Amino acid sequence: MVDFSVNTFSSLAGIPLADLSGGGSFWLPPPESVSAWAVDNVFYYIMYLSYFFFALIFAVLVLFVVRYRRRPGVEPVKTATHSLTLEAVWSLIPLGLVIVMFYMGFVGYVELRSPPEQAYEILVSARKWSWQFTYPDGTMSTDLHVPVDEPVRLVMSSEDVIHSLSIPAFRVKMDVVPGRYTRTWFQAKQTGKYDLYCTEYCGTGHSDMLASVVVHEPGDFDTWLAEAGDILGSSATPVEAGEKLFRIHGCGSCHSTDGTPRVGPSLKGIIGETHRFEDGSSAKVDETYIRQSVLEPGAKVRQGFKNQMPTYKGRLSDAEITALIQYLKSLSK
Amino acid sequence: MATTVDGNITDLPADGTPVNYLNCDHGIRSWVFTLDHKRIGVMYLISIMASLGLGGLMAMLMRAELAHPGQQLFDENTYNQLFTLHGAVMVFLFIIPGIPAALGNFVLPIMLGAKDVAFPRLNLFSYHLWVVGALFFILALTTGGLDTGWTLYVPYALHSDTRVLTAGMGAFILGFSSIFTGVNFVATIHTMRPPGMTWFKMPLFLWALYATAIIQVLATPVLGITLLLLSAEILLGIGIFDPTRGGDPILFQHFFWFYSHPAVYIMILPAMGIISEVIPTFSRKHIFGYHLIAYSSVAIALFGFLVWGHHMFVSSQSQLAATIFSLLTFSVSIPSAIKVFNWLATMYKGSIALDTPMVYSLSFILLFGIGGLTGLFLATLSTDVQLHDTYFVVAHFHYTMMGGTLIAFLAGLHYWWPKMTGRMYNEFWGRLCAVAVFFGFNLTFFPQFVMGSRGMPRRYHDYPAKFEIFHFLSTMGSFLMGMALLGVLLYLLYSLFKGARAPANPWGSATLEWECSSPPPKENFAETPTVSDPYDYDPIKYDAEKHCYHRIPNVE
Repeated sequence: MVDFSVNTFSSLAGIPLADLSGGGSFWLPPPESVSAWAVDNVFYYIMYLSYFFFALIFAVLVLFVVRYRRRPGVEPVKTATHSLTLEAVWSLIPLGLVIVMFYMGFVGYVELRSPPEQAYEILVSARKWSWQFTYPDGTMSTDLHVPVDEPVRLVMSSEDVIHSLSIPAFRVKMDVVPGRYTRTWFQAKQTGKYDLYCTEYCGTGHSDMLASVVVHEPGDFDTWLAEAGDILGSSATPVEAGEKLFRIHGCGSCHSTDGTPRVGPSLKGIIGETHRFEDGSSAKVDETYIRQSVLEPGAKVRQGFKNQMPTYKGRLSDAEITALIQYLKSLSK
Repeated sequence: MATTVDGNITDLPADGTPVNYLNCDHGIRSWVFTLDHKRIGVMYLISIMASLGLGGLMAMLMRAELAHPGQQLFDENTYNQLFTLHGAVMVFLFIIPGIPAALGNFVLPIMLGAKDVAFPRLNLFSYHLWVVGALFFILALTTGGLDTGWTLYVPYALHSDTRVLTAGMGAFILGFSSIFTGVNFVATIHTMRPPGMTWFKMPLFLWALYATAIIQVLATPVLGITLLLLSAEILLGIGIFDPTRGGDPILFQHFFWFYSHPAVYIMILPAMGIISEVIPTFSRKHIFGYHLIAYSSVAIALFGFLVWGHHMFVSSQSQLAATIFSLLTFSVSIPSAIKVFNWLATMYKGSIALDTPMVYSLSFILLFGIGGLTGLFLATLSTDVQLHDTYFVVAHFHYTMMGGTLIAFLAGLHYWWPKMTGRMYNEFWGRLCAVAVFFGFNLTFFPQFVMGSRGMPRRYHDYPAKFEIFHFLSTMGSFLMGMALLGVLLYLLYSLFKGARAPANPWGSATLEWECSSPPPKENFAETPTVSDPYDYDPIKYDAEKHCYHRIPNVE
């Protein structure tokens, strides 16, 4: 059943409808980036106007329906069938209000789309159905790690279909499109962990294409980066390193490790199996087979599957592929 | 000229029912190959209501899946098919043809005092095309489904294993059905208005249908082109949309929305037309600001062509383009606001009766009001960045498409039901279900605004637990609404058999369709009726004995 605990309901009650002092509201999550004003100011402007106009429409409607309800013997009163003054009033006042709206939205949009020159640049690669973040030193991660109080620019591309990167707490959203680079930026105001969603429908795993944004103190960020950057060095065994690489490169989006076939075959206990391929041939799975499949995914396509896998040539070093193979070997039947 | 054979109306068959369009011919062929706009309208009505039922069932299955986080009933792929087909069926089979082809077909010629539309054969062909298009949809549904979203965004749609080409073919054919209806209505309104009915003496429903028809004729071909290019890309790899072949996926979005944004005005304009008929009738007041309402329909139709880019503020289209599209989008909000204020002004000092069509119309004003106001958040550049592709958008377009178009369709259905069927439905059940639909609707969609602005993405099979309360409320609301709509179907069907006989003019309307009997004779009018102000209720007097209204000629 639904969790009807106090916590759940506190999200419905007791939170101010709008709070321009920096907290969240009933409508928007707390603004955690320095540019959140670009969304929030005009959001609350429109929101109060909407409350006012809806209340006005509702009140007039109820008043008229009650006051002028049909009663026996009471005839409708003839009133003017048009009035230039009235109609001008209720055309021009909304017109003025929406022009302000447009202008505020425009100013905010420019802010959201204009990263500062000196931003810390992180490359984002999206694919079905995981994110990969690459830092200036070559380190990669599946969650987005950033330092606090520093502008961060994301340069994004997709390996397959259109995705979209959304971080509601930062008021960030930008599509990630194959065949071109898109950009967005933010500057986190405080440390913490925030949700990152894919907001462009991308198929089976769309709703699993989630990640966290981890905002570190500047010193902690460097420590994290050094550790995450040296996967082989920071892991106790090749198997452990292979497991990390498997995760970071998003292999699990298509290949399960528990025997269930997904878009690609499961990798559980495949070492030593004999596989039949789409072209009718067959082969026994060994280290060379796996290495070839990572570098040339189209070379051996298992029967019953379509080759949808991108190549990892140039993205994984020989040592990393070896670690991955060790990890796959550890997945017993 | 509409000169008709005299005598039809007075011929009485054995059971005492006057000859009308329903009982003048019998047998399935007399329906399937009829050229009578009324029968075509009724066939459309049955077909689109079946589509509404199918689309609604899929919606409730989806809501059931989403009641709690995690998997409830279906896996991801089934869910993805459900939301895709829900959208495709509702858009192409229900909302677009809904009001023009079903209610419009029935009412438009009679409102003009004419015998039929300008091209009756084209009208029948348009219905047959609708059926063929629907069959393609059913074929797609039963042979592998469709999982691309109704928007068919590339490159996803290029590589989907589901029936993109079949469904695309269906939409292509349905597009022609829509174009032919539009052509027919434009020609009919231009050439068949009766003597005395100048453009500005037309009922506003006709203005709305006219503006709609213009969009149908001008925008729908672009849908056809888009679908052809998509098929060519899939089959031949021509490299227009596929980035791996040097194509541009964003170009597809421009093509798609160049049709699909004007299409939302195909959906809402006729709805506004119905409201402009119902509110004056049940207030017994002349419509306020006739000219401005008529002009605003045309303005919405024209501006509607220039705003498609507001679907693409975060797509990577140029920022200059986004800015211009945002500005132009606000231009549509003004004529919409004018209409709402003018409807309210119409009720001022009226004599307001809360019959079922009026309850739906008031419901429309409130729901469309919320739909319109929340559209402002999405037209504004920076707020759209936060709200795009979240449940806020889902809630917004359901408030306009369902709270707007479906509610107005129900208003029109109840308003013209006595005319179409010759029977009165039960008023108590009518009002009760209208109120239940209103509450069920708000319970379904209002929570979606809240979770959307908090970041809940749309088209998600699963979601973080913090959104559960909103999803749960939404699901409960959808079940309430589903039951209420089922109730509507039941009492309407019941009325066909047990409902009281409908008089010619049960509501006291002043437009021409209420001058002929209910249901109308095959030729609509024995002689062309004389035209007067469609919103002048002075000559329409209540007959307390027969519980109906009559036009008293030369009153005053």
